Amino acid sequence: MAKIGVFICHCGENIASKVDCTKLAAAIGEHPGVAVSVEYKYFCSEPGQESVKKAIRDNNLTGVIIAACSPRMHEATFRKVCAEAGLNPYLCEIANIREQCSWVHTDKEMATEKAMDITRSMIEKVKRNNKLQPIEVPVTRRALVIGGGIAGIQAALDIANAGQEVVLVEREPSLGGHMSQLSETFPTLDCSQCIMTPRMVEAAQHPKIRLLTYAEVEHVDGFIGNFKVKIRMKSRYVDINTCTGCGDCMTKCPVKKISSEFDCGLGKRTAIYTPFAQSVPNIPVIDKASCIYFKNGKCKTCMKSCQINAINFDLQDEFIDLDVGAIVVATGFQVQNTAGYGEYGYGKYPDVITGLQFERLATASGPTSGKILRPSDGKEPETVVFIQCAGSRDPSKGVHYCSKICCMYTAKHAMLYAHKVHHGKTHIFYMDIRAGGKGYDEFTRRAIEEDDASYVRGRVSKVWLENGKLMVRGVDTLLGRPVTIAADMVVLATAMVPQPNAKEFAKTIGIAYDEYGYYNEAHLKLRPVESSTAGVFLAGACQSPKDIPDSVAQASASASKVLALFSKEKLEREPVVATTNEATCAGCWGCVLACPYNAIEQKDILDRSGRIIKRVASVNPGLCQGCGTCVTFCRSNSIDLAGFTDKQIFAEVMAL
Amino acid sequence: MSELFEPKIIAFVCTYCTYAGADLAGTSRLKYAPNVRIIRLPCTGRISPMFILKALQKGADGVLVSGCHPGDCHFTHGNYHARRRWMVFRSLLDFMGIQPERVIFSWISAAEGGKFADLINTVTEDIRKLGPFDQYKELIRETEAPATL
Repeated sequence: MAKIGVFICHCGENIASKVDCTKLAAAIGEHPGVAVSVEYKYFCSEPGQESVKKAIRDNNLTGVIIAACSPRMHEATFRKVCAEAGLNPYLCEIANIREQCSWVHTDKEMATEKAMDITRSMIEKVKRNNKLQPIEVPVTRRALVIGGGIAGIQAALDIANAGQEVVLVEREPSLGGHMSQLSETFPTLDCSQCIMTPRMVEAAQHPKIRLLTYAEVEHVDGFIGNFKVKIRMKSRYVDINTCTGCGDCMTKCPVKKISSEFDCGLGKRTAIYTPFAQSVPNIPVIDKASCIYFKNGKCKTCMKSCQINAINFDLQDEFIDLDVGAIVVATGFQVQNTAGYGEYGYGKYPDVITGLQFERLATASGPTSGKILRPSDGKEPETVVFIQCAGSRDPSKGVHYCSKICCMYTAKHAMLYAHKVHHGKTHIFYMDIRAGGKGYDEFTRRAIEEDDASYVRGRVSKVWLENGKLMVRGVDTLLGRPVTIAADMVVLATAMVPQPNAKEFAKTIGIAYDEYGYYNEAHLKLRPVESSTAGVFLAGACQSPKDIPDSVAQASASASKVLALFSKEKLEREPVVATTNEATCAGCWGCVLACPYNAIEQKDILDRSGRIIKRVASVNPGLCQGCGTCVTFCRSNSIDLAGFTDKQIFAEVMAL
Repeated sequence: MSELFEPKIIAFVCTYCTYAGADLAGTSRLKYAPNVRIIRLPCTGRISPMFILKALQKGADGVLVSGCHPGDCHFTHGNYHARRRWMVFRSLLDFMGIQPERVIFSWISAAEGGKFADLINTVTEDIRKLGPFDQYKELIRETEAPATL
């Protein structure tokens, strides 16, 4: 027999002024199953809480209703009170008679009547509540970091330095990402390689970090604390354990004219190659598409040149299965394809280049050894035009957002050029200068005041070739007239866009993405580093355009989230999860389709001899988030949601 | 009807958006008609058409279903399921001879306290105009004692 205690709070005058609490308590006291019905000024106060505890103990209550403010305010408070008095906390419900009654109605009589309905409805619900226990999920204390750029490296190092195991996976043959391609970095102009390569080496040599380069995440299963990951180790055709990185194979390789991806097409590489000289690990891979041996079965020059027999053309892709507890996604960005910019002549004129290509020209380890030279004739350009927002903030090109880094790197390019070509002249077409950040505005001022960059506010309509010069036609909106500049080189600040396979990859890991393919955070302001999937965190430009300081900050934030997760052996979760009735489940799998979290699996029911009798749906309580969509979907009424069962809800409706 | 008819409206709302929106209407001290009774659920995806039928059968003159805006569902797409289900259920209501206008579907976010208050007032007025929903009530009265659990 139910013995429900109902505690009606006045909330000072907040409730009592509009709801006749005495009348309410008397009426509720008559309701079947109610053992205690009392009112008090503030039940959330210390004496209020104590009186609830005492009533639970004295009357052996089987359920508690607090008729007071919203459950969003004090549900947790009163569930704790119940637990302290020895009552299962999930046998406590809140009747919201403040936010949804006394505060919104003026007629006292009607408000009192409504409060009665609300309270009765909750009484009928709580009679059918079950004693739930928090769900405990074990945690595998090993993190997977996907992406070996600055964000991934930072996250991996932070987690590893705190003593936890990390598996760092990089798709390319070397760590480094985009940052290793850069020349100098704003706003300090320190050399990117100088600050990046030590971190790469540190990550590779860290005893807690297992580095998997030239590897891709193929499949992710499981849930927070318990992910199962399959990783494809792409075959390098070079034995990573034997190779010493001497580089003989690369010198001997007869295929030397392959456009280097790392140099953005401005340099050449061989068929067996490392992306750049400071690669980590410094172990080459064979580019199967360009290798003569893979094309016609002859050559093997590299194999012959290798003194330690590290090259093996028969090596195959391998798969590694890993158990990890948390995942940090740091897959980065790509530079937008400029094929849609016919008017700027990219692809048509070799001296129209992207910002990233300019970085390669400016860097000491680049194809020109740091000299700014025109790709067409190798001459030093005397006038360079930079076009900002070439793609960004341009709805017609499908990119509505600001890429955030272009204003800064264009100012940097103008400076680097001025430092290298003293008689050179730079013109920068811009829409707005967005230099928010520590030392950023000072930096762009320096480009203008000290390095004589000439900023022209306006867009460029066309670039064409005339008498060996690139004619840049634009508008100066401050002067209100068109301008034409004869340039030797044009640099497009192309937009930052998500990786080409970003959306498919999001589906592999099971996280949400926006219209562009950037990964969605759980809350833009308050949970900016968590993805929509518990246990998966975001770092760097895979979430939105970011510069290096922002990427590093977010990576460290992700690492701290991972470490917080790893601080306990077990996770505790609210037990509001779905459960299936295996006896009645017909195995139609409607629930599997309905579940947004892939939390429902097929389970075999076996007889004694191990034969499958039937297959039923089974909910993984670690993955289930408790939305209840499956419950409504189920045609045979075989799923119910703890805390919101059909019985409870029907009882609520029936009491109204 | 000499006296003004006071309709009874049962609202099934999700806890993350509309329930929070209703709370906001309260904390903002907005005033709205006292005819609505709210039932809190984790997500609109949890709302079974059976709940709505039961509410109508039990004496509700109107039913309101409200959740997060499309794309904003806390559970990623429970509200889309609810919307699809509603499209089918609506035609079923029509088929059964229940005015589909008695069941209102809406999106209200946690920030839309004002919208919640306005909606309740509009829905109350609309249902008041439709009059009491008694086509089944009388049948139930005549054939059996009021349904109890």
